[in-house]
Amino acid sequence: MVGQKSTKAQSVFFHIFSCLLGFIMVYPLLWLLMSSFKSNDTMFHNAWSLIPEKWAAVTNYLSGFEGVAGIPFWRFFANSAIVTVVSVVGSIFCSLLAAYALSRLKFKGSGFWFGCVVMTMMIPSQVMVVPQYIILKHLGLSDTLVSMTLPWVFGHGFFIFLIAQYMRGIPRDLDEAAMLDGCSKAGILFKIMIPIVKPAIVTASIFAFYWIWQDFFQPLIFVSSPENYTIPLALNLYLDPNSYNNYGGLFAMSVVSLLPVIVVFILFQKYIVEGIATDGIKG
Amino acid sequence: MFTAKAAAAPRHKRRGGSDLRTGYLLLAPWLFGFVFMYLVPAVMSIYYSFTNYNLLSAPDWVGLDNYIQIFTQDQNFRQAMSVTFRYVFIMVPLRLAFALFVATLLNKKHMGMAFYRVLYYIPSIVGGSIAVSVVWKQIFGNKGVLMSLLEVFGIEQKFSLLGNPDTALFVIILMGVWQFGSCMLVFLSGLKQIPQSLYESASMDGASRFTQFWKITMPMLTPTIFFNLIQQIINGFRVFTESYVITDGGPMNSTLTYVLYLYRSAFANFHMGYSCALAWILVAIIGLATLLLFKSQRAWVHYEG
Repeated sequence: MVGQKSTKAQSVFFHIFSCLLGFIMVYPLLWLLMSSFKSNDTMFHNAWSLIPEKWAAVTNYLSGFEGVAGIPFWRFFANSAIVTVVSVVGSIFCSLLAAYALSRLKFKGSGFWFGCVVMTMMIPSQVMVVPQYIILKHLGLSDTLVSMTLPWVFGHGFFIFLIAQYMRGIPRDLDEAAMLDGCSKAGILFKIMIPIVKPAIVTASIFAFYWIWQDFFQPLIFVSSPENYTIPLALNLYLDPNSYNNYGGLFAMSVVSLLPVIVVFILFQKYIVEGIATDGIKG
Repeated sequence: MFTAKAAAAPRHKRRGGSDLRTGYLLLAPWLFGFVFMYLVPAVMSIYYSFTNYNLLSAPDWVGLDNYIQIFTQDQNFRQAMSVTFRYVFIMVPLRLAFALFVATLLNKKHMGMAFYRVLYYIPSIVGGSIAVSVVWKQIFGNKGVLMSLLEVFGIEQKFSLLGNPDTALFVIILMGVWQFGSCMLVFLSGLKQIPQSLYESASMDGASRFTQFWKITMPMLTPTIFFNLIQQIINGFRVFTESYVITDGGPMNSTLTYVLYLYRSAFANFHMGYSCALAWILVAIIGLATLLLFKSQRAWVHYEG
């Protein structure tokens, strides 16, 4: 239906509808942002309203940053940042190596291992989590920051698949020419492949960031002391009326937790939109 | 993928043989992670599913008892199955229908298309976040946004939607539908691939927009619908965070999803073996659903050529 000229009336109707829908779509997020500016005593008076009756932005954010259970918020933020950075970097690097081996090198068993990669994509992580927890406990790794990076840091099926598919599309003549020039297989990966597959690497990194930054299930099981909590676990603690009773602080820190996500989205939306359209990875 | 690789193999068999050493060297980190985080846990999980294990004493072999108990006596299992199936079979079609509807709207030439596309996609980006579950709880909970809005119109409600066992699951489903953005993007790219000439010749023949949609768009789009369906169903069965954070399975277990029940039996009741059995039943359900969908392809998915 692209290209069919629409009349002016249709166009106006379209924009009204789209804006209305857009408003409904972002209302929950707008509401969160504006509620993080509302004072606690007016928070639930006309809760639907987006305009604060009494502003308490500074109070809310300061009290939020004070933290919960005696741990300042920056600690949760730092935990999340460490886990996310280590996991994303490790995951993408190891996935890149594996993707190159599985898509460009010929060796016995490569087909079998690629099958295993696809299989790990099908099996829900929730299924493995009980035995993983038991293993980590036996190794003395449960309740550490390290434990939260382990499901990711050695590479991840989705990213291997994504990068390998991209590499398959690159002509092999390129490798052969480089080899005639005396380039080793590993040299080809770092000097020739990486620059070419950069879009796939960026897309994979963005999704790795989203999944790991927002991951709740695995940290919930692997980590038990609040000083090791990442932001999602900390927010869940803020939500518990027994340990915290300050909606302003809860909303303020919820906004802070979403900020990196929104910033990455704004910076890289081209890659994200294309990544979804071509690979259909779930955001 | 496998066939293409196999066909290409002989041509690229270089002088000097295969890349066995380099290959396994590069694969080593993933291989380690695979063995350590997938293979060993999978084997352990199968074993535990035949035992009684509470983490404190050694696993005690009970044969098929866990499975028998799950299928014959466990009321919570039945409830969790019913909740999860209702969630998947209501949320996924609604999400796809909505995504397709918006995608067809956005697949026209208007100003500001890119803006709307981004706007509608934002919920999918932040959807997995706890912050969004926090918001949902405040919107649909007691003294929340919805109740306060209804009050403005003079409608006083005794219970919030989240406080009512008949409607709580609906709120969780709504959150899933709200995140239709990534399906929408997949549909948009599918729509762009439909040859324009088909619509042009249909218009010449006097086919209405409505007919064009059902006779051209829908059949041409079935591979995309199939792709979305598979992904969303697999993901749908894994729903956990929303029900854990927003309702904690309540009220009266009306939002007790399968994974939440699995989590509880492992980490609230410490029935590790039992929860492993639950996990493998989930794998079987997801596997069966995927298999059935692939089998059904022939009946409704049109591939060109």
